[in-house]
This record gives sequence, C-alpha cells and structure tokens, in this order.
Amino acid sequence: MPDPGSGKRGTDDRLERRILFEQEVVRLMDRLYGTALRLTGNPDDAEDVVAEAISKAWSSLDDLRDIQSMDGWLFRILNNTFVSFWRRRRTRDEVEREAVETSDAEGFSLFQQLHQPFLLWWGTPEQQFLNDVLQEDLQKALDSLPDGFRVVIVLVEVQGYTYDEVSGMLEIPVGTVRSRLSRGRALLQKALWKQASEAGLVQGRRRPDSDTRDMT
Amino acid sequence: MSPDKLSCEEVIEQLFTYLDGELDHVHSEAIGRHLEHCRDCFSRAQFEERLRQRIRESAMTQAPDRLRNRVKWLLDRY
Repeated sequence: MPDPGSGKRGTDDRLERRILFEQEVVRLMDRLYGTALRLTGNPDDAEDVVAEAISKAWSSLDDLRDIQSMDGWLFRILNNTFVSFWRRRRTRDEVEREAVETSDAEGFSLFQQLHQPFLLWWGTPEQQFLNDVLQEDLQKALDSLPDGFRVVIVLVEVQGYTYDEVSGMLEIPVGTVRSRLSRGRALLQKALWKQASEAGLVQGRRRPDSDTRDMT
Repeated sequence: MSPDKLSCEEVIEQLFTYLDGELDHVHSEAIGRHLEHCRDCFSRAQFEERLRQRIRESAMTQAPDRLRNRVKWLLDRY
C-alpha cells in the first residue's frame, strides 16, 4: 500500500535539491567559469559552455543519486558539454597545428633551462621564477597551446582526472592521453620560458663579460 | 626499469607519471625513495609540483556578472 506521505516527501526532496543546486552553482561559479575558460581558451566560449552545462544539469537534477556529490557531478557535466562543443568546433587546421607546433618543443624542460650554472650565480632561479611568474602569464601560456594539448593538461593537472578517465571522456586511447600530456607540457614550458625571457624575468641572461666590458 | 635501484635519468623520465599518481605502488615507492636521497631530482620534482600548483590556481577566475545574470535568468525560467 503506498505511503500517503510519499508524494509530499518527493516534492520536498525535489525542492531541497533545487535549492541546493542553486546554492552550489553560485558557490562554484568562479571555478566552473575558470575551468571552462582554461578548456576553451576563450571567454565567450567559456560562458556558453558554463551556461549550457548548468542548463543540462538542471534538467537532469532528478537523476543525481547523491546530492552531496553535486560538485563532482557538475564538473563532469561541464566537461562533457565542453567535449561536445569542442568536437563541433575542432577543425582540420587545428589538428594540423598540433602536429606542427610540437615538433620543436619535444623534451623541452623549463627547469633545465633555469638550472644552468651561469644562472645559479643568482641564487635559485627556478624558485625565483615560480615566485615571479604571474597568473596571467600562466593563463596566456596555457591558452596559446593547441586545443588537443591544452584540454588534456587541464583535465589531468587542473581537475585531477586519471589517464583512464580522460581517455573515456575524450574517446581517445590512453597512449594518446600520455603523449599529448608529454608534448603539451613541453610546449607549455617552452611558452613560459619564451614569455619569461621576453619579460626579463630570467636574470643573468646577459653575457658574463658584459659587466666588465667598460671597466678597462 | 628495475624499481630497486633507479638512475636519475629513469626517475626524471617517470617523474610526471609519478606526480600524476599513475605509477603502480612498487614504482611509485621506488621513486619516492630516490627523491628522499637525491637533491637534484628532488629539486626538479619540487619545481614541477609547484608549477602544477600554479597552473591549478590559474583555473580560478572570477566569473563575469554577465554570466551570473545569464545563469540566474536560466534558472528563473524553470
């Protein structure tokens, strides 16, 4: 025999979910937007992805089993929304760009560039670099990467997904996740090195004899 | 690679996989032990970990008011 109170409990539960959903969306908005921005590399696209993801999440709110895991669930929907968006947008040019741009960054290491004897005269340049590099420098370097590499880095490094999870999300083999991560990191570090050199963040890049040239 | 005695080259080769938490327990422990005793590899690991932390922080960006209003409008419609 049906419980006469179950209908009301169902309505209460739904209302509770909706209130919690709205609170969570407000609380997570900066992280959702920031993640979408790093994934898309473009503010307008990021806004579209977040709005679409929230709309999808709202429509399927009744499917969420455990309301305590709402933030993980929201980010999964955000990622899936981004992947669909990205598939629609990804062009042949972009795929070719990925192949060309990584060829000269293979194995590049920012640490090795900074950790050179002539730079070590100035203390610990790698620590100094990490202190001096600005948030916007990191964002600019990330945004400069071809999509295929940036997306894998954001999913693994920023969001903490496993290689298997990323493989499933993007429908690519785990080996491709590994190689994109490796090439993407080399590209990212090379872009940071280039930016730092141009901004004069890397001290001691002058020739060792330049200080004494006019002293004789 | 033999997990018992790793060279610095082998550690650096596996460093990102280690930091990503994707190595099995035995190899992960072996790299952890190497890092406890090798200053050069430890400095490198520390650098990569801090750089990753900075990259993670770069995903915190204030959402524009336009987006907040758009989402509010979306939710009000339901």
